[in-house]
Amino acid sequence: MAEFFSMLFDTSTALGWFVVTLLKVLGFVVVLLVSLAFILLADRKIWAAVQMRKGPNVVGAFGLLQSFADFLKFAFKEVIIPAGTDKAIFILAPFLSLVMAFIAWSVVPVAPGWVISDMNVGILYLLAISSLGVYGIILGGWASNSKYSFLGALRSTAQMVSYEVSLGFVIVTVLLLAGSMNLSEIVEAQAGGFWHWYGLALSPITLVMLPMMVVFFISGLAETNRPPFDLPEAESELVAGYQVEYSSTLYLLFMIGEYLNIVLMCAMVTILFLGGWHAPFDFAPFTWVPPFIWFSIKLLFIFFLFAMVKAIVPRYRYDQLMRLGWKVFLPLSMGAVVLVSAWVVFAQGGA
Amino acid sequence: MELSVLLPAMAFYVFAGAAIAFAFGVVAARNPVRSVLFLIMTFFSAAGLFVLLGAEFLAMILVMVYVGAVAVLFLFVVMMLDIDFVEMRQGFADYLPLGGLLAFILTVELIVLGASWSVSSKAEGLRQAPISGDQDNLSAFAQVLYTDYAFFLEAAGLVLLVAMIGAIVLTNFHKKGIKRQNIPAQIARKAEDGVELVDIKPGQGL
Repeated sequence: MAEFFSMLFDTSTALGWFVVTLLKVLGFVVVLLVSLAFILLADRKIWAAVQMRKGPNVVGAFGLLQSFADFLKFAFKEVIIPAGTDKAIFILAPFLSLVMAFIAWSVVPVAPGWVISDMNVGILYLLAISSLGVYGIILGGWASNSKYSFLGALRSTAQMVSYEVSLGFVIVTVLLLAGSMNLSEIVEAQAGGFWHWYGLALSPITLVMLPMMVVFFISGLAETNRPPFDLPEAESELVAGYQVEYSSTLYLLFMIGEYLNIVLMCAMVTILFLGGWHAPFDFAPFTWVPPFIWFSIKLLFIFFLFAMVKAIVPRYRYDQLMRLGWKVFLPLSMGAVVLVSAWVVFAQGGA
Repeated sequence: MELSVLLPAMAFYVFAGAAIAFAFGVVAARNPVRSVLFLIMTFFSAAGLFVLLGAEFLAMILVMVYVGAVAVLFLFVVMMLDIDFVEMRQGFADYLPLGGLLAFILTVELIVLGASWSVSSKAEGLRQAPISGDQDNLSAFAQVLYTDYAFFLEAAGLVLLVAMIGAIVLTNFHKKGIKRQNIPAQIARKAEDGVELVDIKPGQGL
């Protein structure tokens, strides 16, 4: 029996590799989905607290089971497919959205070795997948055959394409410092206390990298259609943007995809600027806490900021949004790439 | 057969078959939006083939640039076009003989080409040349682009820059008599600048 198990989990054989990878994927999916339920609740609770409301508090103690109740409600409602839609694409779009959100997580390292695929172009993979995420939205908006949906989809797509550019340049600055595109190696390059993290490092380059972290965070808000950049869902203008015609499970898929992308953005800030799974001080008792816990704490802190921004910042106007992306963030991040390259070559003597 | 040979072979046939099937879908689809979607899937299958060749960098760039940016613009344009599908089908029969003739000529050319083509004896060696084994394809790529051929790369970049400036010059008109936003002025504006309090005497008006 023991022999059978050792064979089953031996990654050098094809079977063992398959079994281990399958288990990793299952682990990621289950942990992500369960934590998503509570993250969603936290989002609503924080939002409520800022507005001096109680938020969801009926289902379960402190409303802890609210997300599960919502899930059941969505799952058991009728799927309404309006007349005049492109039915195949209408159904395909939410699935696409969800799948793209999930497969992006396959390169995210949450602790040393805790990653499904440790590929050497991990960060490019993330960029490629996030640019594919646009299709779920644009197809959903177009297939709905509704003006509101279509306008929402166009807005959303233009916004995501614009902010991807500055996100890419900010990522380049981190890549220059870390000298690698592998996410695990980027985290390892920030080992040894918070004064080595790229966002907070005790070195002159932080004057560039700290603003870049802020730019990345704000671009992340825009990339995930979060307030104050939630123009695709601006309810006063477009009802609910690309999701207008979606109901029940299909809507649920869109929403899970959206929140997964938000958590992914938090994970990326954590990995690129806050040292991933590393403890803020590299001595006991901080090093006793498992790396995964540190990763989660940082991720949740960034998510808290996401939720606070939603609660306290008013919505941007569309032309202001485009101006911020193209005329402010793009030149800023391009300038940062130049400065960081100069730093790497002249101050650190590397190339 | 050994799994390490079988799996890539299976993946190759899946991706290659999908690429051909989707490429056929591009021309066969009735709805232009679906054509663009098929095109995207074709790009995606091609990216899969790149991964199988061990060129992950090229694959990711293909997905990022072509699927993530170029095809989105295609999709934008096609979705917003007001196309009458009935009208589009009308000329089908008229163009059939000419199109058929062209297709026939191209097919014959391909067959002739395929029959006379043979793999060069040097091909295998040339394919191995750029990567020396201990390098991953990313650094090999960077070596070729930014060290060996840096000036050609920069020249290509200049050509693109000129093209970009040209496009902006062609489309950017500054019409007279149009109010433009002055963002710093808008931000610097205070309540005192916008409101003027006038002391009006009773019974006098402005």
